[in-house]
Amino acid sequence: MNIEKLKSAHKLLNEYKYELGKIEKGYTNRTLYINVGDNTIKEKPVTQLMKDKFIGGKGFGLYYLWHAVTPETKWNDSENEIVIGSGPIGGITQYPGAGKSLVCSLSPLTGMAMDSNVGGYFGPLLKFSGFDALELQGKAEKDVIIFIDGNKGTITIEEAPEEAIDSHILGEQLTEMYAENEEDKRNISVVSAGSAANHAYMGLLNFTFYDVRRKQIRLKQAGRGGIGTVFRDKKIKAVVIRFAGVKGNLNNADDQGKINRTGIKLHKEIHDFDAQQCRMRQVGTANIIEVMDQYDLLPTHNYKFGAHPDTYKISSKVFTGMITQNTPDGCWYGCSLSCAKAVDHFELKTGPYKGQKVIVDGPEYENAAGLGSNCGIFDPHAVLELNFYCDTYAIDTISYGTMTAFVMECYENGLINKEITGGLELNFGNAEASLEMLHQMARGEGFGKLAGLGVRNLKKIFAEQYGADPVFLNDIGMEQKGLEFSEYMPKESLAQQGGYGLTNKGPQHDEAWLIFMDMVNNQIPTFEDKAEALHYFPMFRTWFGLNGLCKLPWNDIIPASNKHSDEPAKIPEHVQNYVELFNGVTGKNIDKEQLIIQSERVYNFQRIFNIRMGYGKRIHDAIPYRAMGPVTVEEYLSRAERYDGQLKELVGFNPEGKSTEEKMAALRAYREDQYQMLTDAVYKRRGWTMDGVPTIEHLQSIGMDLPEVIEVVKKHL
Amino acid sequence: MIKLNNRACEWEEGLTVQGLLDKKRYTYPKLIIKINNVLVPQDEYTSTVIRDGDDVKVIHLLAGG
Repeated sequence: MNIEKLKSAHKLLNEYKYELGKIEKGYTNRTLYINVGDNTIKEKPVTQLMKDKFIGGKGFGLYYLWHAVTPETKWNDSENEIVIGSGPIGGITQYPGAGKSLVCSLSPLTGMAMDSNVGGYFGPLLKFSGFDALELQGKAEKDVIIFIDGNKGTITIEEAPEEAIDSHILGEQLTEMYAENEEDKRNISVVSAGSAANHAYMGLLNFTFYDVRRKQIRLKQAGRGGIGTVFRDKKIKAVVIRFAGVKGNLNNADDQGKINRTGIKLHKEIHDFDAQQCRMRQVGTANIIEVMDQYDLLPTHNYKFGAHPDTYKISSKVFTGMITQNTPDGCWYGCSLSCAKAVDHFELKTGPYKGQKVIVDGPEYENAAGLGSNCGIFDPHAVLELNFYCDTYAIDTISYGTMTAFVMECYENGLINKEITGGLELNFGNAEASLEMLHQMARGEGFGKLAGLGVRNLKKIFAEQYGADPVFLNDIGMEQKGLEFSEYMPKESLAQQGGYGLTNKGPQHDEAWLIFMDMVNNQIPTFEDKAEALHYFPMFRTWFGLNGLCKLPWNDIIPASNKHSDEPAKIPEHVQNYVELFNGVTGKNIDKEQLIIQSERVYNFQRIFNIRMGYGKRIHDAIPYRAMGPVTVEEYLSRAERYDGQLKELVGFNPEGKSTEEKMAALRAYREDQYQMLTDAVYKRRGWTMDGVPTIEHLQSIGMDLPEVIEVVKKHL
Repeated sequence: MIKLNNRACEWEEGLTVQGLLDKKRYTYPKLIIKINNVLVPQDEYTSTVIRDGDDVKVIHLLAGG
């Protein structure tokens, strides 16, 4: 690659110099605002209100986004922002999982505020460079690159016409371009999208870190909700940051010793137990592929079924053999859980990079389930190739997998045909067709371009233009609020139906994953029990996003003390670790109850943000019936004994002598009613009206009664 | 019959904890198992016999990605 040639084509649009900052107790106390439309670069102070009410990370992102947009703003309006930030704990190196960036923007898929978390080095390096968050607003006329040099105190906006768009190449080019030498490459992080984000609504952002052992960049994804599409719509090619000098005390914590002690404890647990528990260091999140299959939870054939005889072909054992071993990879310094896996020297069989040997970051569980089993694809090479191209083209593997499974079911049911798909035979299991559709998406051509609009838009198009039955499409199209479901089967867990449906951004499991607590452990049998879980866990997990933390070290490693706990699902020892970390960094003195209230403020703010944008009510929390029960006779018959038993025991309906259709109707009426009763219980527990609107009294009780928030709520009470 | 996670479950003479896990296809490794509220250590799964009427809890500690 001729870096000098690429660089010489740059045109400087603006340069800004700033005083290097100092971090005090986890905060730099300022943020960076860049408008790529008029090339404004400026600093903003972080107010005490922001720190008290919004903490950082996703909280700061939502706060800035609220004030940047109006209820009329669409995702592709210039005032829409992309906000990237870490959080007060982000960047510490003593406790695993402390390098997350949180990204917020109005989503092309949902029209509401989206938040997505991602590893890689960018968030911590941004803080060490002097800023708690970065706002990106406006639209450039031509492709630009933003470069932040956190050692020299300079920020530039440069037109950049010649670099690649796809992330695996662009990341390498820009790391080479902006690093001062080979040693300096570890100090670079690049945020970029890819060619499919130019066309599809499910575009993601890649965040790099430089892998010093492989001497290559690695890609981590802010996958959900199409923020990469917003990035490309703004004609931002990349944001590059450079900061040399990472060390363990840069947060200038209030009590470094407390952080060190808490970290050592967890490192020891990981050392002692990971090999027997989750094998994160060995195989990463892919460890649960066959577990999900064994418990009938692995989505196959568009969530029709929860298991498949061919799952062994894409099991963790298969991927363990493909992943380069003995290099446990963390996506931030000090993460001994090291779940970031890679397949090296992977030879591509299709597409523009056919024949090249590349590094595939993955496979993660969601990729194997979404790109694989849910589409009936049980070829591990095809799963990895789809994984690679989704990443470099900047396509969310979850949305892509769920959308592809949907169009495959439509194709097999004759709702769409080869004429509509441009010749693609989109039967379940056709990996070649899925790959070609993905390449079309990147080129902005054919059925692939259409598919990139996501399940919600496809349902409308298939019904209105091709005469498909809209009721059936709504039953099988696994999206809610416009976002595609992530890759778990919620049919047999009412609590998880709520975990997907009663969420702020849509059906992503990062709010609550309650399937085992509910379906297997039977720990939350009543509506009130489920509602309590659907209050506590979403609030607790929101907190990671306020602080720049990864969720995995909370409960993907279990301490020895947990078996004696009264509330083992909460992992109380680890909850206390987070209290210690927050207090150790910030010097505050919160307890585990105040931790939940910190989240509750931001959670309710996001709910009200949704209401402000015309969503966020009970009607928007409805989920497709495929998420609740069997839509088709085929599904019912596949688990007939289970469903017949439930009709007798739970519904009071005698299935003897009844047709399958009659039994399905009775089961459906029961399950839909259960979801409504769950919704009532959850809204009550969360302090919301039965239409899903937070009450003023509740907002006052948690301290989120800001005037602009109350003004929105009043109109809906 | 026994109670398994507060649900009725068939029992047979000589059923061990490991036998129950096999029968229910409980393959997930992060488990807390208690019989009549007494913890069963992992290295005693094969030797611990479940008696008729026991209250067995097999708590899976998985909470998603």
